[in-house]
Amino acid sequence: MLIGAFTGFATAYLTGSLWAGVFAACLIGILAGLLMALMTVYLGVNQHVSGLGITLFCTGLAYYAFRVIFGTPSHPPQITPFDQVNLMGDVAVLGPIFRQYPLTYYAIVLVPVVWVILYRTNFGLKIRAVGENPEAADAAGINVYGVRTVSLMIAGAFMGVAGAFLTLSTLGFFTFDIIAGRGWVCIALVIFANWIPQRVLLGAFIFGGVQALQLRLQLTGVKFPYELFLTLPYVVTIIALTIANRNAAYPAALLKPYKRE
Amino acid sequence: MYVIQMKNITKRFGNLIANDQIDFDLQKGEIHALLGENGAGKTTLMRTLYGLYSADEGRIFINEKPVHITSPRDAIRNGIGMVTQHFTLVSPLTVAENIVLGATKGISINPREISKSVAEASRKFCIPVNPDAVVRSLSVGECQRVEILKALYRQAKVLIMDEPTAVLVPQEVDALFKSLKQLVEQGLSVIFISHKLYEVMEICGRITVLRGGKLIGTVHRAETSEKELAKMMVGRETFGVVREAGKDPGEPILSINNLKHVRNDGFERLKDISLNLHKGEILSIAGVSGNGQSELVKILSGLLKPTEGKIVLDGIDITGASPTAINAAGMGRTPEDRHAGVIGELSVAENLALEGLDDYLNRGVLDRKKIREHAQELIEEYQIKASPEDPVGKLSGGNIQKVVMARSLSRNPLCIMAAQPTRGLDVGATEYVRKKLLEQRNRGAGVLLISEDLDEVLGLSDRIAVIYEGRIMDIMPASEATEEKLGLLMAGVLDKEKTPTF
Repeated sequence: MLIGAFTGFATAYLTGSLWAGVFAACLIGILAGLLMALMTVYLGVNQHVSGLGITLFCTGLAYYAFRVIFGTPSHPPQITPFDQVNLMGDVAVLGPIFRQYPLTYYAIVLVPVVWVILYRTNFGLKIRAVGENPEAADAAGINVYGVRTVSLMIAGAFMGVAGAFLTLSTLGFFTFDIIAGRGWVCIALVIFANWIPQRVLLGAFIFGGVQALQLRLQLTGVKFPYELFLTLPYVVTIIALTIANRNAAYPAALLKPYKRE
Repeated sequence: MYVIQMKNITKRFGNLIANDQIDFDLQKGEIHALLGENGAGKTTLMRTLYGLYSADEGRIFINEKPVHITSPRDAIRNGIGMVTQHFTLVSPLTVAENIVLGATKGISINPREISKSVAEASRKFCIPVNPDAVVRSLSVGECQRVEILKALYRQAKVLIMDEPTAVLVPQEVDALFKSLKQLVEQGLSVIFISHKLYEVMEICGRITVLRGGKLIGTVHRAETSEKELAKMMVGRETFGVVREAGKDPGEPILSINNLKHVRNDGFERLKDISLNLHKGEILSIAGVSGNGQSELVKILSGLLKPTEGKIVLDGIDITGASPTAINAAGMGRTPEDRHAGVIGELSVAENLALEGLDDYLNRGVLDRKKIREHAQELIEEYQIKASPEDPVGKLSGGNIQKVVMARSLSRNPLCIMAAQPTRGLDVGATEYVRKKLLEQRNRGAGVLLISEDLDEVLGLSDRIAVIYEGRIMDIMPASEATEEKLGLLMAGVLDKEKTPTF
């Protein structure tokens, strides 16, 4: 996410086009996904190890590239971020709800799209099969490595754009702590949602809702250390995981590299 | 016309030659058996044909044209389908999804359409399946039908069946054979891997025998006999152990009364089991695996607490006792999964000492020399092919089983519980294990044999009980038991003329 945030920002800064930034973030995400695929799908490296490794690598790379391009400026370089798109005009309750950034709308549209791909297409059936029982998929003539690699590339693209959302939509500048662990929260949300797309959306609304709530709480001026408010979304995530995840049906081949005997 | 010809196939795994210059061919519309003991190289040869292994040497022809098969996809494209012992089905998906998986063109998948198309195929090939059922909920026999239909749906002209009957009850076997015969009439060719002679004699036209990775020969059914096949298969004229006539059984040694086990999710796995095991007898519990045997074994080992009931071993109440206490009361156990009975990383000697570590304590420190000597003795007595220092995990299944048995039998237990003791063992090791169980019985121990191998049950037992869905269906003296009778009981069909005696 961080490298997506950075690539999106840097591209938008240098080209002046926000959508070029989104596209670049998508590409860098695909590259990161490919690297992950090389490590876990083809070399069979433990996914925790390679996942942490690639995260650290990408983080370092983003810092380094920032320094190379922008040096150490006293004021962070800025761009003009996306404007919010207003779908409802100034209607009372719905107005503020439907005043969002374009990427937000795309993200919400992606949920049914992902559902259709997973549950109503050939490719989706293959994705589910290689995640549950790669041996069976292999015996059915499916290219297990290919499907897993493409899946990781798609996932990488999503993460890259997600990172770019923060720089290109909300902030308009890049800082090193911009992600604040949201990538890990995403993993938690997927587990919370039991790998079902529409439940991921629900989980994301809960997390986002609590995030918004804590901002509002800080503004109320209650005499309370604001740092504790900041932890609220993460605390809620942990609680939700603990409650929802007891009976989670993990994909059977989760975290398992596949090797034909 | 030959649909398949395999010439000079050699496959090595390290130093082991699994297939040594094997020739094999299949004619259109025949059922050709591939017969051999475990480890003879049957499955390796077929995995090569199906593209799961690549041969080190040799060539494959399909419809008399040379082909290169490097993955299952190539094999499927060439009209080859394979049904393995371990089903390759994705359990959270439906039957229809599993069948069309990787076999459909186009982008979208409509659940209703694929369900219809699978139902159609099911009718066409006379293989009944429910397209909308989730695979997780199917029985083994149903899963097998799905696998067969999956292959046929991909336009398989050749079907490889790897020991298809190993998991079926006799009635399901009959149904399978009937389907296969019908399919062959429709033009399918079948390769039937088996180590059961009577099956091979029943449905196969030609029989190819492998032994130790080598081709022994191909014979026509009409020109051979079970005896000749047995000789080709094991390299000896006869095999099997001979059971001496039973002495009168002694007094009860183990009694199980009204044993019940209800799983956490409320599923009743054992329903009111009552059994009495006498000294000097072998009492078998026959049944298809998954009917409560595992729970019974675990309860008798002290690994699971029964919900209700009482177990008494030689006057001592061992209901819900710890494994150590049950051991001390005189129970010798051979667990269902022999790999779970040993610790692979530890040496043979250490594993052999595990159940009686207190015996080797010398002022609080283990006496290594004594453990080693003890192991040496047992290795000789039980003909374990290993040295005391070898890690157990490196041994073959047969030798691991010998380690497990040596450990429990050397303590001269009053009662021996042997769960599936010969599953997956070759003929030599099987014979040895059975001989040892008979020895124990003749010594006066009570032997509780839990097995799904009817030959074994009929060959060894004094009395036979049949378990089905957690219930003892019937108990009978071995002299009254026939394969058919047991098969019906194992499939849950009660003998109407006889009220069960519990």
